[in-house]
Amino acid sequence: MSGPSDYQPSNPALKWIERRLPIFGLMHSSFVAYPTPRNLNYWWTFGAILSFMLAIQIVTGVILAMHYTPYADLAFKSVELIVRDVNYGWLLRNMHAVGASMFFFAVYVHMFRGLYYGSYKEPREVLWILGVIIYLLMMATGFMGYVLPWGQMSFWGATVITNLFSAIPYVGESIVTLLWGGYSVGNPTLNRFFSLHYLLPFLIAGVVVLHVWALHVAGQNNPDGVEPKTEKDMVPFTPHATIKDFFGVSCFLLLCAWFIFYMPNYLGDADNYIPANPGVTPPHIVPEWYYLPFYAILRSIPNKLAGVVAMFGAIIVLVFLPWLDSAKTKSSKYRPLAKQFFWIFVVVCILLGYLGAQPPEGVYVIAARVLTVCYFGYFLIVLPLLARVERPRPVPNSISEAVLARSGKAVASIAVALVAAGALFAGTLQDARASEGSDAPPAQKWSFSGPFGKFDRGALQRGLKVYKEVCSNCHGLSYVAFRNLAEAGGPGYSAAQASAFASEYKIKDGPNDAGDMFERAGRPADYFPSPFPNEQAARAANGGAAPPDLSLITKARSYKRGFPWFVFDVFTQYQEQGPDYVDAVLQGYEDEPPHGVTIPEGSYYNKYFPGHAIKMPKPLSDGQVTYDDGSPATVAQYAKDVTTFLMWAAEPHMEARKQLGFQVFIFLIIFAGMMYFTKKKVWADAH
Amino acid sequence: MNPDASTIAAGAPIEVDISPIAEGQDVKVFWRGKPIYISHRTKKQIDEARAVNVASLPDPESDEARTKPGKEQWLVVIGICTHLGCIPIAHEGNYDGFFCPCHGSQYDSSGRIRQGPAPANLPVPPYQFVSDTKIQIG
Repeated sequence: MSGPSDYQPSNPALKWIERRLPIFGLMHSSFVAYPTPRNLNYWWTFGAILSFMLAIQIVTGVILAMHYTPYADLAFKSVELIVRDVNYGWLLRNMHAVGASMFFFAVYVHMFRGLYYGSYKEPREVLWILGVIIYLLMMATGFMGYVLPWGQMSFWGATVITNLFSAIPYVGESIVTLLWGGYSVGNPTLNRFFSLHYLLPFLIAGVVVLHVWALHVAGQNNPDGVEPKTEKDMVPFTPHATIKDFFGVSCFLLLCAWFIFYMPNYLGDADNYIPANPGVTPPHIVPEWYYLPFYAILRSIPNKLAGVVAMFGAIIVLVFLPWLDSAKTKSSKYRPLAKQFFWIFVVVCILLGYLGAQPPEGVYVIAARVLTVCYFGYFLIVLPLLARVERPRPVPNSISEAVLARSGKAVASIAVALVAAGALFAGTLQDARASEGSDAPPAQKWSFSGPFGKFDRGALQRGLKVYKEVCSNCHGLSYVAFRNLAEAGGPGYSAAQASAFASEYKIKDGPNDAGDMFERAGRPADYFPSPFPNEQAARAANGGAAPPDLSLITKARSYKRGFPWFVFDVFTQYQEQGPDYVDAVLQGYEDEPPHGVTIPEGSYYNKYFPGHAIKMPKPLSDGQVTYDDGSPATVAQYAKDVTTFLMWAAEPHMEARKQLGFQVFIFLIIFAGMMYFTKKKVWADAH
Repeated sequence: MNPDASTIAAGAPIEVDISPIAEGQDVKVFWRGKPIYISHRTKKQIDEARAVNVASLPDPESDEARTKPGKEQWLVVIGICTHLGCIPIAHEGNYDGFFCPCHGSQYDSSGRIRQGPAPANLPVPPYQFVSDTKIQIG
């Protein structure tokens, strides 16, 4: 299709370059003059969306790498410092983390589109296989990127996934040692994953070039699956496809922005805000939502090796798709049976994703087995069989005939379907968060919830007082510096007040010229000192349970929302599981455990703590802390204030995030609107 | 990409004093980044482990082969589930041994797999008794 270009630049400088390297001609023939079928629908904009997402991921990733420290003891902290101290670091991090999810969401849409319209069929087999290779590279990249923050889920995800290779007979163990660079997941593992995570996106970009090249040789498939015959079937890429892609990308960015600015942690796991601990396995190890269907397949098979083979087989089977489905009719639009089976297959994938997030027991295992059979059955039985028995409806003679016969289709329905499907799929992860055996904490009204939420300054100041007088005796707040108290969006103290507050603390410094450590008054740049010198000391002083650092506690704790709440949460932007939980635990003490519940010696009954036996004695009682502003000195008020304060401590830039989000939304809506009307104008004569 | 010299050096054998471990208790030490459970088993646990028909186990191995003669109260195993590498919890599950919270594998008081997806017993690391109260792992 894209033969030698007849493009001739008029500018003499460009002409000079063009004679020596015909790069402008290549660009022109590939992205300007390139003929594209005129019946393409919006599902075809996902190619452009994916290219755009890859670029975003590379740009944000390169900047993040400038601030990140790939060392096991520092990685977690360096990510927190990016979020807290780097200019717009919170934005970069959210864009990169949410971007990965959105990238996968888009690639799934892109793949299902190819599946539905038969885009893998002759002559596009190589194009399709290159796509599968990109997908595999994406999975590897995504997995290694998830390890880098070095939280609990990072560490244990890495342990589980690298252990998959130990299932290989004979050489498995050596391969795993090679992946780890040690005897277990540790610092060498983190280093090599960082290196590979930086490398692989550029390999992806390389394969994307091949993918686009193959596309431009074979030409694009189209919703009717008939190859273009005449000039009338096509429109030039620019402006027609360009402007349509612009509109598609801007709509997709609206979806991204919803998560980036309003629910950045919805797609992640609360456990990943706990630093990696090789000695403690989280109760539920769940991969990122985009791996869940494959994880479900892995777990549904009771034999380890067979499970691993099935999981990889589920992806590799896609390579053989062009030969498994030998039907001549490409588009499922004209294949009544294939169309139904396709939608069943989509539902099977979504259900597998849901099951991947559930504990592997009882009915879930049986359901996962049934669905695994369905998954493979679709490729290995249904598609080959359909090609032989199905009688497709007649396809139109040409693309232009199909365009003339078509009635207008609503774009809005696509957008709604996208959001709904994304919500359903993504939410399964939230569902995986477990705090079994405890009642769900009651939902509180927080001043900082919702798209326009702001911290209540009074509550922050009172909460700081409660933390200082009560919590700080046992709990550290090590990521918060005194200077933060004077920053915008915080408790609203002046720099002088923060400085005075800091000077009340004794900070260990040194060594001095004599080589001794010494104590001095705190400065604004110092961080809140921790009550114990190390975890062991904290453990020894508290009956074996170390009091956790509170800097991230409201993000690191959550509870199971369950279906269908996690779906509604996408629309209501409910993000306050953490604060609700912390508030509930602080008030959940009961002197007498309910009948039939025994609490071990040295533990206390708490209604909302998972397992109910908490080592922390009841921390707050009425009248314990004196408030200067006349607020009631009750446990309920203390709990609420200190939770608000801790929410701020976990995310000091929350107000900036929500404010910027609103501006971005206004911009994107206007931009998308302009793109839509420009697109209508450009396409006016093409439809 | 195999382990470098410092990693290998850090993986040298370690000595553990086992005298503070009371009967029915266990400690978790780290060797080569892996948690090692040293369990001081009760008489009941030993009897349970030895009463099993070895041939009926998924990974047949006798308790005698997994402990040192004359020191059968001591069980030393690598606390890494042979399924996908999580750390099983001691003194949980139906077999008076270990229970893996990740995918529900259960091990008995000899660290042998009894139920769940794990294919093999908890491995016994190389170790020997230096004295009655001290073992060397590695």
